[in-house]
Amino acid sequence: MEACVKEPFLPGWFTLDAQAPHLIGTRCAACGTYYFPKETRYCRNPDCQSTDFEQVLLSRTGRLWSYTDAAYPPPPPFVAPDPYRPFAIAAVELEKEKMIVLGPVADGVGVEALRVGMAMALTLEPLADGKLTWKWRPA
Amino acid sequence: MNREIAILGVGLHPWGKWGRNFVEYGLKAARDALADAGVDWRSVPFVSGAATMRCGYPGYVAGATFAQALGWQGAEVNTSYAACASGAQALAAARAKILSGACEVALVVGADTTPKGFLAPQPGERPDDPDWVRFRIGLTNPTYFALYARRRMALYGDTPEDFAAVKIKNAAHGAENPNARYRRRFTREEVAASPMVADPLRLLDVCATSDGGAALVVSSLAYARKIGKTNAPRIVAISTVTPTFPNALVEMPDLATDSAAAREAQPFRAALPRKAYEEAGIGPEDVDVAEVYDLSTALELDWIEDLQLCARGAAAKLTREGATRIGGRIPVNPSGGLACFGEAVPAQALAQVCELVWQLRGQAGARQVQNAKVGITANQGLFGHGSSVIVKR
Repeated sequence: MEACVKEPFLPGWFTLDAQAPHLIGTRCAACGTYYFPKETRYCRNPDCQSTDFEQVLLSRTGRLWSYTDAAYPPPPPFVAPDPYRPFAIAAVELEKEKMIVLGPVADGVGVEALRVGMAMALTLEPLADGKLTWKWRPA
Repeated sequence: MNREIAILGVGLHPWGKWGRNFVEYGLKAARDALADAGVDWRSVPFVSGAATMRCGYPGYVAGATFAQALGWQGAEVNTSYAACASGAQALAAARAKILSGACEVALVVGADTTPKGFLAPQPGERPDDPDWVRFRIGLTNPTYFALYARRRMALYGDTPEDFAAVKIKNAAHGAENPNARYRRRFTREEVAASPMVADPLRLLDVCATSDGGAALVVSSLAYARKIGKTNAPRIVAISTVTPTFPNALVEMPDLATDSAAAREAQPFRAALPRKAYEEAGIGPEDVDVAEVYDLSTALELDWIEDLQLCARGAAAKLTREGATRIGGRIPVNPSGGLACFGEAVPAQALAQVCELVWQLRGQAGARQVQNAKVGITANQGLFGHGSSVIVKR
């Protein structure tokens, strides 16, 4: 069990530090724009032609911009647990990066526990097939 | 230079879940539009199709598919794919052809057959595709609509009852529309009792996916005069602008917004009608009727503000006051909107224009907006695609 929960559903998208995980992004070396998922080919700022990026760990805390839940099982490639359990979904605004990042909310935290503006932190949990994903939880 | 074109004819295949080949719907709509225009198919030199990605190869080459179904007669064809704005881009291609003088009259067609349930990504393990990644972690299309809806609640104090009011209003409009898929009126209690899909949006807040087809016959103003249709409604603007970096809003299928670390964030939806107003040389105060893309009830409120029909944050109040009902100050979605149609992606932006044409001609029957002279559409979908079209008489 321990071995299988350590496998991320996508390698290289987030660190596997169980206590303080980070999403892994990139930052344009010329204009400072952050990217998640990682951009390594071309900067999308129309005033920047840089192809030079550094890999960065994104802020692991932010403010809840908005939230919802998935009351019905999403279609594949989502692997729905049986029986299905609705889960909350968060959009979290990162201050330094000035971007909003989506993600599921940690198991057991429903929409009734969420408020726009509250502090959120990144966490790791397995999806129904045992692969790890990033999730958000109240900080 | 006059950049206007005339709309000579319009046609729809009723929206529904018919389960037949999409070509049938497009063909019916095209034949209706040609008959409505009084234009013979053999005299149409250009067919512009809106593509569907769900119906195999014929869907990828929709322009040729519809031309073949009508009977090859040597017309040139074009196919446009731009997600929800596919129909508007197909229309823009026809307009460009007409305004360049390359042809006088063109047929524009979009049609779709959709699967049941959530729209899902292409199969296979494709981690480079954000559409695959977001479904892998459980983010469906209603997820995004719900995030926008909750944000309205936090920013403006909108309530689920405000969202329900949009459904009730659109259902009342659609009940009078023979082309709508859902023609039932709903009460507040029924909306509130429908199952939650993506909190705060319930089943009756979110639009379905539908089968349907829409077509337009468009021409130069000179051609319209030549065939005695001097007073035909005219297209005075087509906006299909892309976002400006960094896009402020998280859009399907993305997992994050652009970072605004280097440049100030820019709203996308509002840019679509802004360009249309500029192109038409009119303002929101000139608009008599609007058809907007109510993928969710709450999104109709966002669109009303993006079209500048009221101040930011005031659309729920406008709706509560009845201003957006037929008979109100600025009727929105007199067709019933996506709430009553469900979305048939490549046909939808064209169906919006068809409704404006019926409204401007005074042919909308029980859902007629009195004395409508200027109408605007607004639509947006996946990956920075959207459109806004202004029709005038």
